[in-house]
Amino acid sequence: MGNRSVVPFGPQHPVLPEPIHLDLVLEDEKVLAAVPSIGFIHRGLESLTDKKDFNEMVYVAERICGICSFQHGMAYCMALEEIMNVEVPRRADYLRTIWSEMSRLHSHLLWLGLLADGFGFESLFMHSWRLREKILDMFEISTGGRVIFSVNKIGGVLKDMPNDMLRDFVRQLNDMEKEIRDTTKIFLDDYTVKSRLVGVGILTGEDAIRRGAVGPMMRASGINVDMRKNGYCAYGDLDFDVITSNNCDSYARCEVRIGEIFQSIDIIRQCVEKIPDGEIDTKVVGMPNGEASIRVEQPRGEAYYHVRANGTKFLDRFRVRTPTFANVPALVQTLQGAQYGDVPLLVLTIDPCISCTER
Amino acid sequence: MEQIKDNMYQIDKAELLQVIMEKKNALWRLCQICCSFPKAEQHYEVTYSFSSGYDFVQYRLIAEKDEWVPSISRVYNSAVFYENEMHELWGLNVENIKVDLHDKLYRIDVETPFLPKEEN
Amino acid sequence: MSTIHKSPWLLHYDGSSCNGCDIEVLACTTPVYDVERFGVINTGNPMHADIFLITGGINSQNASVVKQIYDQMPEPKVVIAVGTCACTGGIFKECYNILGGADTVIPVDIYVPGCAARPESIIDGVVKGIGLFKEKAAALEAKQKAQ
Repeated sequence: MGNRSVVPFGPQHPVLPEPIHLDLVLEDEKVLAAVPSIGFIHRGLESLTDKKDFNEMVYVAERICGICSFQHGMAYCMALEEIMNVEVPRRADYLRTIWSEMSRLHSHLLWLGLLADGFGFESLFMHSWRLREKILDMFEISTGGRVIFSVNKIGGVLKDMPNDMLRDFVRQLNDMEKEIRDTTKIFLDDYTVKSRLVGVGILTGEDAIRRGAVGPMMRASGINVDMRKNGYCAYGDLDFDVITSNNCDSYARCEVRIGEIFQSIDIIRQCVEKIPDGEIDTKVVGMPNGEASIRVEQPRGEAYYHVRANGTKFLDRFRVRTPTFANVPALVQTLQGAQYGDVPLLVLTIDPCISCTER
Repeated sequence: MEQIKDNMYQIDKAELLQVIMEKKNALWRLCQICCSFPKAEQHYEVTYSFSSGYDFVQYRLIAEKDEWVPSISRVYNSAVFYENEMHELWGLNVENIKVDLHDKLYRIDVETPFLPKEEN
Repeated sequence: MSTIHKSPWLLHYDGSSCNGCDIEVLACTTPVYDVERFGVINTGNPMHADIFLITGGINSQNASVVKQIYDQMPEPKVVIAVGTCACTGGIFKECYNILGGADTVIPVDIYVPGCAARPESIIDGVVKGIGLFKEKAAALEAKQKAQ
């Protein structure tokens, strides 16, 4: 039996842009157990419902996380629209879908970059982030913001994208698709990359369910669930397949996310073809009363929103269960038995978003 | 068990563990646990959400302020985080959590910040 | 001292932000914005760092972490608060767990506002930080000579 020791990992760590702390119980180089401790970014923003009214909460919801900020705001608005029985115009639904998919694109490219940095492939990191900047430019043209753009409102969206602009975006995405394919080929085919990913961090399908994993983490374990198939926004009109992989390892997670990059481009293309003309928001009057639970598919997986209103302008309860919160138990499972040198990589494979997790 | 609305059932404390065992054996995934304390009703509402494929079901448990609620963390490991969160932020008493962090999940300075302040 | 002020090293720590500013800080180090052309380089070790970029407000748990990172950095050092939250607490100021901006626990030299702070303004802040770092280095050198 080797020497046992406990090694702290984080909160400030070169590979992590955000703080998470893990206590790793090691036997020589092998991880026997990992104990996560969170709370470095806990703000308690759900409690702001006492101080901000339900319209202002849209902007608070967007600031749960800077990466999927659009989808946080959207899910919150969807919950209130359900409570207040507001019918969102179809054009607004399509615009929301396009922005959601663009968020997914930039989030997955960001993750690929961080993963490359995690296994020490610096130039691949730079390439992924260079590609991502083009998506951010599109956000800037269409909304004025790069990461947080506050275009959601209860009842629709605040800004329209002219059809010319949409067609131009599709042209740009078509050009980008080739570049992305060249970059992602390295992730999927390169010998050195594969040696770090294949067979590392196994999470079986049954474990994924028992541990409550969501999103690409779950789909990489062969489970075919994608909340977009529930048909919220415009997803019901669109044709796409859920991307899964049966390998259950880090390579599978990479594969699923890369597949989703191309899927997102395809969904945007379909949206631009089908988008109807018309209004972009409905006038909303009165105060919300009632409750609603909404599930949306964010880049990191299924996010759960619960909003409960009591007829005044201050909500009773606003609850967010973000995807990373659900993926932490699965991370603990994958870390057991891993090599110490793989720990940063495994932490990255769940695509951690700590700001989301701790709210 | 009584249906409140679509996909939502109200359950008693006594039924809870049995229902949860059934869900586990049928390979349902624990989606989340949500605690709330509506000001008007002055009691806790704990909502357990489960999902299997695209099916979704929620169970609601009502608990009074000083009542103890059984933990489901021995059935679903991932409930540990939710239950510790409920105790730390709302002060809901959860019995027998598998890994009890004793209010050290978020390590905040304020006690039960989500519980509405008593007016005096 | 005169040798290091041409290439100060950056350290980035996320206080309690929404991570919008963090990804913008990272975006600054990538090809499109490339803050490294000003001679700085991003590092992960506080003991190597000269310029400290902090994003997000301070909460009760990370106050000690931020303080410790600041203490570990060698003199002279420059602190740049990136984003509205790091400057004042921002939208989260009223949250029960937010103590305030970064200046509640460490002295801040340069404030970069914005939600999220744009890469251009972060670069501006870093360039100002390099200037300040040179001044601080010169002052420290003069002080050491006088002793």
